[in-house]
Amino acid sequence: MAESHEIPIFALQLRALFIMAQQQEVIDNVIIKFAGDSGDGMQLTGTQFTNTAAMLGNDLSTFPDFPAEIRAPQGTLAGVSGFQLHFGSVEIFTPGDFCDVLVAMNAAALKANLRNIRKGGTIIVNIDGFDAKNLRLAGYGDVNPLENGSVDNFNVVKMDVTKMTRAALDGSGLGVKEIDRAKNMFVLGYLYWMYNRSMDHTIKFIQEKFDKKPDIRDANLKVLSAGYNFGETREEATSRFSIGPAKIAPGTYRNMMGNQAVAIGLIAAAQKAGLQLFYGTYPITPASDILHELSRHKNFNVKTFQAEDEIAGICSAIGAAFGGALAVTGSSGPGIALKTEAMGLALMLELPLVIVNVQRGGPSTGLPTKTEQSDLLQAVYGRNGESPIPVIAAATPSDCFYMAYEACRLAIDFMTPVMLLTDGYIANGAEPWMFPKAADLPEIKVNFAKYVEGEKFLPYKRNEKLSRPWAIPGTKGLEHRIGGIEKQHETGNISYEAANHEFMVAMREDKVEKIADYIPEIKPEVGTDKGKLLVLGWGSTYGAIKSAVLQAREKGIDVTFAHIRYIRPFPKNLGEFLKNYDQVLIPEMNRGQLIKMIRDKYLIPAIALNKVQGLPFSAEEILSRIESLSK
Amino acid sequence: MENTTAEKFTAKELVTDQEVRWCPGCGDYSILKQAQTVIPELGIARENIVFISGIGCSSRFPYYMETFGMHSIHGRATAIASGLKATRPELSIWLVTGDGDGLSIGGNHTIHLLRRNFNLNVLLFNNEIYGLTKGQYSPTSEEGKVTKSTPMGSVDHPFNPIALCLGADATFVARSMDRDPKHLQAILKRANDHKGASFVEIYQNCNVFNDGAFEVFTEKSSKKKETLFMESGKPLVFGDNNELGIKLDGFTPVVVNLTEGASENDLWIHDDRDRVKAGILARFFDNPRAMSEHHLPRPFGVFYVEDRPVYEEKMIAQLESMTAKRGAGDLDALLRGRETWTIS
Repeated sequence: MAESHEIPIFALQLRALFIMAQQQEVIDNVIIKFAGDSGDGMQLTGTQFTNTAAMLGNDLSTFPDFPAEIRAPQGTLAGVSGFQLHFGSVEIFTPGDFCDVLVAMNAAALKANLRNIRKGGTIIVNIDGFDAKNLRLAGYGDVNPLENGSVDNFNVVKMDVTKMTRAALDGSGLGVKEIDRAKNMFVLGYLYWMYNRSMDHTIKFIQEKFDKKPDIRDANLKVLSAGYNFGETREEATSRFSIGPAKIAPGTYRNMMGNQAVAIGLIAAAQKAGLQLFYGTYPITPASDILHELSRHKNFNVKTFQAEDEIAGICSAIGAAFGGALAVTGSSGPGIALKTEAMGLALMLELPLVIVNVQRGGPSTGLPTKTEQSDLLQAVYGRNGESPIPVIAAATPSDCFYMAYEACRLAIDFMTPVMLLTDGYIANGAEPWMFPKAADLPEIKVNFAKYVEGEKFLPYKRNEKLSRPWAIPGTKGLEHRIGGIEKQHETGNISYEAANHEFMVAMREDKVEKIADYIPEIKPEVGTDKGKLLVLGWGSTYGAIKSAVLQAREKGIDVTFAHIRYIRPFPKNLGEFLKNYDQVLIPEMNRGQLIKMIRDKYLIPAIALNKVQGLPFSAEEILSRIESLSK
Repeated sequence: MENTTAEKFTAKELVTDQEVRWCPGCGDYSILKQAQTVIPELGIARENIVFISGIGCSSRFPYYMETFGMHSIHGRATAIASGLKATRPELSIWLVTGDGDGLSIGGNHTIHLLRRNFNLNVLLFNNEIYGLTKGQYSPTSEEGKVTKSTPMGSVDHPFNPIALCLGADATFVARSMDRDPKHLQAILKRANDHKGASFVEIYQNCNVFNDGAFEVFTEKSSKKKETLFMESGKPLVFGDNNELGIKLDGFTPVVVNLTEGASENDLWIHDDRDRVKAGILARFFDNPRAMSEHHLPRPFGVFYVEDRPVYEEKMIAQLESMTAKRGAGDLDALLRGRETWTIS
């Protein structure tokens, strides 16, 4: 069976090469959105196309767009699952604003995405998904949007995907359900034709994935080539495109998602520190993938603990930290709210602990599958008492690796809980990553306290970083008690003394502020050291701001982009740096939280650009504000 | 955990330099004394002992034990201990909690700790009142309890801690009291010997806010009639001269008098491995002051023991199994992932 399909595909590729030489429009980047019902396999289709693009040397960025409900009613808007891919021969910083190509497997997928297609863009529709039932479920009633002028501004490619898939697999012996499951391969094959892509990667993938189910394997391969062939034999003229490899830094790359990057960053830190990794958590969207990823790597001495609730998640991590493990908890908004009391305990105990907040739309349950940056003030200020905790934020999916690693380093060096902020956008988004070598990662030194003969052990005696010793149970001679009640300087004994309390409050704050001596200073990502306008970002707005600033500079606008990764404490030179620009614009996916901190600390009239729609900024939105400020 | 080569230490060496701050006359003093007496006899190295507590009067306990210790936040000692045990299985962990800390604010963690069966000891000091917040009713206070927060009497139905823990599939469930040092010492030893989560409810008198709550079980005049000391393999007898016994009539426990014709052969022989009977004993829970027709004495001792694999060992077995299968983790391989491409 396996051999029977290899020959035609080989022949097909030869033909493709021939055609490629004949006609092709060379473009430098394209944004494709795959959209369909949750069961249509759009995530897989998108991932396959992405991996192929990566193998061919394109730069890229992706973002999946899941429905909130697991099994939302079929055919409805709530059930639409999407995957957006932006790839090109130029540098790519975001999954893109408006798509050039929309693949709509049904009417609901079209309705959900119609306003996000570029004028003149291409819509590839599966017309089987536009029957009366699908139109009704999508809320179109009796009106078919393909026929009432709604899509006149676009280049519409109509395909009978379901019918052609069934025809391709006629006589395969598979049931209708199984046959219909292969229809995403038809679309994928067509797109490979449209963009002159080799199908090798996907063929290999299908062969491996369905190794033990030869009938399913062959069906998928057959439908994939059917889609490709359809492109070739289709009589209407459709443009084909060619996108060359990007000029990106030479090296070996892999694809990386934000949540996965956090998990791998934590493992890397634990390995470099020589510690076991303990992850105590409770499942929550969009943070659960960190747990899933970590639970697959038990051979790295990783212990994952799915606790009974969020509080037990962080508390189990505090127990693990007391015992000398690299302890981490992760969650999203509502879960972080539940963990706040325990964060206060961790900062009083002065034990290393990493808290990952994969932010989502809030408040309360909010928008669980959507992105937002609205937990910043909670991270910095949201605990009872004077309770400083270092806060850092990742900028891109692969940056999640470095910032997770950095969170661990700071936690251990300074014996403190550290909050790492990411969000749903970069957590689920992916980008190529030139991964580092383990040997090149910075050292993380762990010095567990040891008993010194004749010396009284002082659990709260501080070193030059104002950090206290990590004295773990099992160490003879270091028996001591710690707790959440205010403690006496050095001895750690309970103390209600007024002056001591004020001293200790200041000490804990000084310790966190001291971190500024051990983190990089801020410098422009794009632009100049002085200028008219600075766009200051933090977190996942990185890609959109960078694209916008690059475009603005091409238009001759004097604008610089700088990005804050360290939010508490800020980089030491931030105040001086901000004074080098006439105006400072701060785009945030919230009502203005970083800007409050900047205005408060540096007393500058920064300008806010806010968006709270559960959606990331488009580069265009930021560009247009840059332009209006530069007039 | 048992370490015969561990350096010996005395009860005195378990006393810290901190002044004990419980109210004079508090039952906690006795429990502290019994713990300090028993622990040096267990053969555990002192540096491997950790006391973890939450918030409440009982939770001050770790400050008075010259071991490793953590006085954490309200209700969460159980969760903290879980993480510590998962990462440091060789430690001997003792949790000190109360009826508020362990059954109210931390009730959730208590049941989950027990079902997971970490190998550690939970000492729940039950005084049926909130002491540290100065006298509100607790989840174990009897219905109708008049306190500062319930001037017309509490309308809450109380927990039966033993029944709750059996329901959570605890593998060691016992009850003792502050005023019976010998019994408490014996139970603490057995709790430590059990491999799994050992739950010990300790009746503890709060002489300031709930004085005499357990008087009928502790006073000479009533103790023998109102308490039933269970020993596995022995008949359930009580009374001034052990003249009373418990007989099972179907599933119904009945009090019989051996001096009035009942035979010792008819008595219920306690079997601490019998889950069903442990459930019946847990329900010997009527209010002794109410003196109902079917009044039964309150059982003390071990209700139930079960051998079940402990959480931390199952967790480690998974790590070992994956390591055996894939080899110890190679960080470079992890960083590289499955699919890569090279740009030259």
